[in-house]
Amino acid sequence: MEALAIELVGVGKRFGARTVLAGVDLRVPRGGRLGVIGPATAGKSVLLKIIAGLHHPEAGLVRVAGRIGMLFQNCALFDFLNVADNVAFPLVHEGGVPDHEIAARVTARLRAVGLAGSEHKLPAELSGGMKKRVGLARATVASPDVVLYDEPTAGLDPVTTAKIYQLLCADHDASGGTAVVVSSDVEAVAAFADTIAFVDSGGVRWVGPAAELCDADDDVVRGFARGTP
Amino acid sequence: MRGSVAAVGASTMAAARDAGGIAVLALEVARSLVPPTLDGRELVRNLYKMGYRSLPIVTMTALFVGALMVIQFSSFVQQYGARGLVGWGTGYAVLREVGPLMIGLMFSGRVGANNAAELATMTVTDQIDGLQALSIDPIRYLIVPRVLAMMITLVVMTMVGDAVAILGVMLASQALLDIHPLTIWYSLVDNIGAADFLHGMGKALVFGTAIAVSSCYFGLTVKGGAIGVGRAVNAAVVSAAVSICFLDFLMTYLTS
Repeated sequence: MEALAIELVGVGKRFGARTVLAGVDLRVPRGGRLGVIGPATAGKSVLLKIIAGLHHPEAGLVRVAGRIGMLFQNCALFDFLNVADNVAFPLVHEGGVPDHEIAARVTARLRAVGLAGSEHKLPAELSGGMKKRVGLARATVASPDVVLYDEPTAGLDPVTTAKIYQLLCADHDASGGTAVVVSSDVEAVAAFADTIAFVDSGGVRWVGPAAELCDADDDVVRGFARGTP
Repeated sequence: MRGSVAAVGASTMAAARDAGGIAVLALEVARSLVPPTLDGRELVRNLYKMGYRSLPIVTMTALFVGALMVIQFSSFVQQYGARGLVGWGTGYAVLREVGPLMIGLMFSGRVGANNAAELATMTVTDQIDGLQALSIDPIRYLIVPRVLAMMITLVVMTMVGDAVAILGVMLASQALLDIHPLTIWYSLVDNIGAADFLHGMGKALVFGTAIAVSSCYFGLTVKGGAIGVGRAVNAAVVSAAVSICFLDFLMTYLTS
């Protein structure tokens, strides 16, 4: 039996009278890459926030093995910190990491995401793509076991989107860590992930290998993947 | 008619919910101080931003408040020849009432509104979630330093404001009533006690706490993007103004 990094059993979440998720079961093995797709307001981001522990489900069980890093949809960079301090933040607050090592890891991460030389810029001075890359560097700087990406390429042009996914692939090839990506960019996420979960109407409608997404046995999933109504 | 009753009921429920939320946040802040761990850099950053940068506006306002009180007093002083009472009258009013009240309201409009806007923006852009995702308690990291900074700052600002207002009284008395500043000073020190000063400082501390906790509460509970940020700032300023007036009344009543 393979070791699981993430396990959700019968997870349900409501906001007031509205049920967002109901009876969600999902398993991600260690080192696995799960792509979560589905129509708008299907509950994808809520699912990710439940895994991250930011939302508490009313029903079910959530197990995550190890530490989590997260890239938020709008990056969530701290306005009052510059790029270097934003990236260093998880290490500084984790404690026990010497200052020289923090500086070295921040420099290495910023170089890896192509932002060497931007250390002293504030988030307000960055473009959307740069913010995503800083968010990516911050999400991974502490070498978490599980990295959650919420719409990592939303609002970005195709070239920047390709660059972001290249970074994601390079990171996970190097670390062998577990990744969950919520995205509306079906093609890009299918290329990155090994497994796809299609979330619809508060539940997981289809789970299968990313390579089989366009030939799924479910008409709705197949139509969504192919972009046909 | 039924609609009006329902609207009043809904507003009352919303006000009760906010009052409860503010009380719970105040308790959470108090609990976070035991044991007293604090992010010193955040505290210093907030003290600088809220205190040092508020000094010019506080000084300017207090100077005019002092002068204004002399203008209001001047007709009575001239009518009754009560020149020796100007220092006592204005000093008593400044230290016990006008200083903490005026500076508290101004502080709420400048620092409280700014704090609510900053926290609300952090909330709607997921920065608060970002902290929680890193297992950092936003209350301990963000809110406690802000609350402490606002409490300390308002007390210090009130001290500075009181001193400047009394300077304004002296300058205006000299210019408008030809009363020497030393006459004002002796009238003040002969008639005003430490209790009057401490009364004002107590009010400043309580007002600072009210402004801090209410602005943090509305900043953290914002919903609805940029429009929500505007609403949060509005709610924070209104709530702080009402709280200041109510607490001022209560403290004055209980200590009179």
